[in-house]
Order: sequence, then C-alpha cells, then structure tokens
Amino acid sequence: MLHTVNKSPFERNALDACLTHAKKGSAVLLFEDGVYAATKGTAPGNTVAGVAKDLKIFVLGPDLKARGYDESQVVAGVTVVDYGGFVDLVVEHGPVTAWL
Amino acid sequence: MKFGILVNEGPFNHQASDSAYKFTEAALAKGYGIYRVFFYYDGVNNANKLSEPPSDDRHIVRRWSELGKKYNLDLVVCVAAALRRGIKDELLAEGFRISGLGQLIEAGIQSDRLVMFGD
Amino acid sequence: MSQGDEPSFETGVVKKFLYLNRKAPYGTVYALEVLEMVLISAAFEQDVHLAFVDDGVYQIRKGQDTKSVEMKSFLPTYRALEGYDIEKLYVEKESMEERGLTSGDFVVPVEVIDRAAMGSLIDSMDVVLGG
Repeated sequence: MLHTVNKSPFERNALDACLTHAKKGSAVLLFEDGVYAATKGTAPGNTVAGVAKDLKIFVLGPDLKARGYDESQVVAGVTVVDYGGFVDLVVEHGPVTAWL
Repeated sequence: MKFGILVNEGPFNHQASDSAYKFTEAALAKGYGIYRVFFYYDGVNNANKLSEPPSDDRHIVRRWSELGKKYNLDLVVCVAAALRRGIKDELLAEGFRISGLGQLIEAGIQSDRLVMFGD
Repeated sequence: MSQGDEPSFETGVVKKFLYLNRKAPYGTVYALEVLEMVLISAAFEQDVHLAFVDDGVYQIRKGQDTKSVEMKSFLPTYRALEGYDIEKLYVEKESMEERGLTSGDFVVPVEVIDRAAMGSLIDSMDVVLGG
C-alpha cells in the first residue's frame, strides 16, 4: 500500500496517524504541505528519518522546491521523486490511502 | 494500468486540484489510462466556466478542459455536490459532465487504482 | 440522499471498499458526503467497511441534536446502514479512549479494534476513501 500525507506535521496529526497505521514495508509519500516533515533540523524530520528503515519514505520534489527547500535539506533515508515518480509509486505499491 | 482520480477540493483554495492535474498529466505522459476524473465536495467548482483568474496565474478550469480534450478524458462532476453549490449544466466548462456519485464508485471498481486529492 | 432512487448496479466485480472517517461531524462537510458514498457503494454490491479513527469517532456519538445549528443530523443515516447490509463498522480503541468515549457511546453497533488491527484492516483494502 502507498500512503500519502499532504498536511504540515505542525498543523495536523495526519503524519502521525499515517506512521502509526502503515504496515512495515509500505510506502509513504509526503507532498503539498506534508513535505515539511521531510526537512532536516525539525522534530517531524527526525521522526521520519527514524521510521525510514521500516517504511519507504518519499517526498515530492516540486512541492519541496516551491517551498524553498532543495534535496540537500531532506533528512537521510527519504527519496525525492517528481510527479512521474509519484505515478510509479502508485503503480508499484498498490492501493492508496490518503491521510488528509 | 488505469487510474481513477478523485478531486475533493475547489480550485485556488487548496492545492488538491493542482496536484491531481499534475498527477494525471504525468500518468498520461507515461502511457497509463485515466478511467475517469471525478469531482466531489467543493471539487465541483473546478468545472465552473465562469472562473476567470488573473492572466499571470494558471487557469485551473481551462487546464482541465484542455487536458480532457487532448486525451478524451471523462471529467465527471457529482450532481448532488454540484447542485448544492449552484453548479449546473449551463455553467460547465468544456469537457465536463454532471452525473451521479455512482460514477465514482464505478471508477473505484473499474480502475486499477483510485487516487484521491483533498483536504 | 438525493440519489436514493438509484438502482443497484451489477458489475460482477466485488472490491473491498474502506471509508476511513477521521473528521468530526458538522465543522466541515466531509463526514456527511462520505456517508453518501457509503450508501452508493452498497448499491454496487461492494464489500463495504467503515472505520472511525481520530475525530471520526465523534461522528457516531449518541445524542447529537442539530436543530439549533440548522444542519442535517447524521444519526438517522447511520441508523439506516444496517438496512443496506452495511455492518462492518470498526472504531479504533485508542482514538475512542483518548476522547473519553466507550463502546456504549455510539448509535450503531461497532467492533472496537486496536490501532495495529486498524492498520492491518486498511492494508487489506482495495479502495480507501475518506481519510
């Protein structure tokens, strides 16, 4: 399964809800305001880096870039993808659960 | 592989419609099929042909119409959600049609993946 | 329900649909329109599941009275679900307890399951809506 999170972890609990329900080996894509959870030097970023061994974590590059972050500011263990990569994740990982 | 796309938010207020558009465009570019794009909740406002954003902004409604025309997409607006929000046939931009919520469930059944964009 | 007269649709395909309810009622429209999806998917004879997680558990709390706010109450629709053969309703234990609720606080019969079981339920679905 692919889980998506599009909310800032500072505003809502969507990231936590996703991470506490996603099964080991599942993929998680952070996009829209969800991308802040992938950034270095933040508490959610540390959480995300910590679960990256059990979950495959991805972040949408165009949304990062729009918000003034580049790949070097993404925590270890998180892979940056573009919209084509988002499509590939949906193809490869099966049904999608959107944590809104 | 075929995708169903669900858009739950209106244009401009939330990035959902932009993300859905970019995803749909990328899926089509990779040669995948789009079974249907279904607009629900405030997402029905994406079909309003009276939308007129400033010229230096993206034209979300027209962009969906043009993508629909290019790839012959089925762009469906939920009738109940649309009527609540004053979206009727005479307001529909090119390429959109109004139909029942059953069209969403059918998209969930017939598509290999249903991808939802919302708030 | 404006589509209450829709006939049932036979597609020959039965998928596992999950409606994941994580939003409280009334403050936003999401919970109400999810219910409309639930009823339509029953008409398509799909394997329908409803999950109540986070603030979603408030949707089925007893005693809702919306007269003064002039909004449509959810409760009659929830009570009607059984008539559509929608009986797979799951409440997440942790979400329920965090909000000071017990299984006796709900208007419909539900199965209370813990977060790990909820994660497995979500993982086993073909189509997940709501959220």
